[in-house]
Amino acid sequence: MNFDFSDDQKFLGNEARKFLDGECTTQHVREVLNDDDKSHHEGVWQKVKEMGWLGTAIPEEHGGLGLGALELCVLAEEMGRALAPVPFASSVYFFAEGLMIAGSEAQKGAVLPGVASGDVIGCYAASEGPGNPDPAKLSVTFDGSKLSGTKIPVTDGDVATHAIVLAKEGSGASLVLVDLNADGVTRTSVKTLEPTRSHAEIKFDGAAGERLGEAGAGAELHDAIMNRAAVLLAFEQLGGATRCLEMATDYAKERYAFGRPIGGNQAIKHKLADMYVKNEVARSNCYYGAWALSTDAAELPEAAAAARLAASEAYWYASKENIQTHGGMGFTWEVDCHLFYRRAKLLAVQAGAPKVWKEKLVRALEMKNAA
Amino acid sequence: MDFNDTTEEAEFRAEARSFLEKHLEPKGAKPLRQRVSGEEFMKRAKDWQATKAKAGYAKITWPKEMGGRGGTPMQQVIWGQEEGKFDAPTGPFTIGLGMCIPTVIAFGSDEHKKRYVQKALMGEEIWCQLFSEPSAGSDVAGLKTRAVKDGDEWVINGQKVWTSGAHYSDYGILLVRTDPKAAKHKGLTMFIVDMKQQGVEARPIHQASGGREFNEVYFTDVRIPDSDRLGEVGQGWKVAIVTLMNERLAVGGSPGPDWSEIMTYAKDAGTISDSAFRDNLADWYVAAQGYKLTKLRTQTALSKGQTPGPENSIGKIITANQLQDICNSAIEMQDHYGLMTGDDMPADGLFQQSFMWAPGLRIAGGTDEILKNIIAERVLGLPQDVRVDKDIPFDELKQG
Repeated sequence: MNFDFSDDQKFLGNEARKFLDGECTTQHVREVLNDDDKSHHEGVWQKVKEMGWLGTAIPEEHGGLGLGALELCVLAEEMGRALAPVPFASSVYFFAEGLMIAGSEAQKGAVLPGVASGDVIGCYAASEGPGNPDPAKLSVTFDGSKLSGTKIPVTDGDVATHAIVLAKEGSGASLVLVDLNADGVTRTSVKTLEPTRSHAEIKFDGAAGERLGEAGAGAELHDAIMNRAAVLLAFEQLGGATRCLEMATDYAKERYAFGRPIGGNQAIKHKLADMYVKNEVARSNCYYGAWALSTDAAELPEAAAAARLAASEAYWYASKENIQTHGGMGFTWEVDCHLFYRRAKLLAVQAGAPKVWKEKLVRALEMKNAA
Repeated sequence: MDFNDTTEEAEFRAEARSFLEKHLEPKGAKPLRQRVSGEEFMKRAKDWQATKAKAGYAKITWPKEMGGRGGTPMQQVIWGQEEGKFDAPTGPFTIGLGMCIPTVIAFGSDEHKKRYVQKALMGEEIWCQLFSEPSAGSDVAGLKTRAVKDGDEWVINGQKVWTSGAHYSDYGILLVRTDPKAAKHKGLTMFIVDMKQQGVEARPIHQASGGREFNEVYFTDVRIPDSDRLGEVGQGWKVAIVTLMNERLAVGGSPGPDWSEIMTYAKDAGTISDSAFRDNLADWYVAAQGYKLTKLRTQTALSKGQTPGPENSIGKIITANQLQDICNSAIEMQDHYGLMTGDDMPADGLFQQSFMWAPGLRIAGGTDEILKNIIAERVLGLPQDVRVDKDIPFDELKQG
């Protein structure tokens, strides 16, 4: 039985944590939060580029480090823990992973080295308004060479240089690679609950694009990309949820009311124990997701769904009850609790909200059951 | 990251499996509802225990001179996994070998070890644990059963409760109050007690579930020689902690219908398309999978020869609550009809049966609330609860 990360992988995680503890504090996060003109933290982004993390899972032939999905999971947990205010998830979990699944060798060769170096910032454009995007009912269209229509919201859509767009083509859907600085693309920043990660509305008006994968394969490829991104996002969520539990526990030990630490009261103790249980359920499901991702296992659909659901629930609970444990202080702008509350919501909805994944999970279980 | 055995683990697993195949039938398609009753069952259980012990499988991590195998905790886990696949009657020995005998080994004299360990291991003698009392459950140190010194003997009077297997046990470990003038935790002492002697009376408890699996045990002028004391006089709490630490390892296993059973039922009943049910099903799967995988993390630590982290403590909180929840949903899914009980109901009536069993599971072996306190205090390092009785002599405490 070896259901754990290797010593080398843990070492990578520890080094990343040390680095981010110094280079990506909540002060850095707040510099983005407090400035409407900032889409991300350029200083942190430069450092992340220098560390080579963008190319972690990109093969060496395409300019990456050629490590595996497990190493990326370890880094994701640390990025989530640090609330990194950079387009890492968009560029790595969605864009680079999407290219690796759907792109031709030529497309990979042309774009992946840029992602690894940071010269290319990728994003993934699927949403078109309220509700989870349905590949069968898209308004953005692709005619084989040009894109038309509006995607909203697109995480990091304003700072990205390229996008993978889920678009209707003929009677099906396709994935389309677009250079966002090309003619026919208009981007407008939109305000969200989570200003430390930027979002945009992207209008395509005959913008040039090239298909990734076969025409009509969009639904299937979209699903595959979501499954992989779900595992990586789950690790970010796990990192954030773990930090919320630490914050709440520390505060409950230090904060005195009625002559003793509030953490001596069962109402607080049991709340934090519940948080611990949810976090451990999330961690174990995340590890299984990591295993499925790294081995391309047939179990990936249910493993990814379970990881995403467990981590979304854990982060939601930990981030809201962390505020509650901090009392009035927790509701101030100055105390960091709300940063995690905001990030938890972004991560829970950006690749399909829990409701969507519950249905995906039950379908996967039904398929398995029928087999 | 993988789920494979190491070479040594695989060898041990194969060895264990071939031994089991030689002696036992594989479990049927449906889990047997093991009942700890009936002479025939008991004979079968004792025979199997002896067979196992002779081959060195009864206590794998114990040293060979104790009758064990000198094996690793991971081998113990593998043995448990493999034995679990067979119709193995192990119930009557779980508490004795899991909790009582380890306490005897830790605190007993050489005589005790010689007298009791081997016989327990061979299944010749069965043990029970006598801690809880009507007024001392979660706060077990508040127990009142008295032991009064009389020459070289102690005279015991009082009542124990929730004692599994008391009616068929030969011996028990008994926690009693020897000094009511001392503070609560300081006036306790542990003894070995002969359950078949005069003055010990086990009466079955009629549980809320309707069953009678547990006992209350009355002690009336029962005499125990001082030589059957475990640990010093007044040190009983320290001894009990060792017993209870072993409890978490001894209690476990699948308690009843899980997500897959209710999913199968919903499919049969045509209610699987209900969206609220599907949401619940996903939640159950995620939590059950979370615990199952957490155990694999624990096993990974054991397999590497490391001490597992505290993560396994989430187990019973998850499984007991989930069982209650699943049974409740299954009954409501059947509407008024779901109220009916019996083997001819869907899923052999297991949903209804476990519905009545689940409340007990949330209490036995540490209530939800105590388990959460343990996580909060021992894992998260939060302060202990207020203990107003801490330094007050026991006989001056408020009771009720």
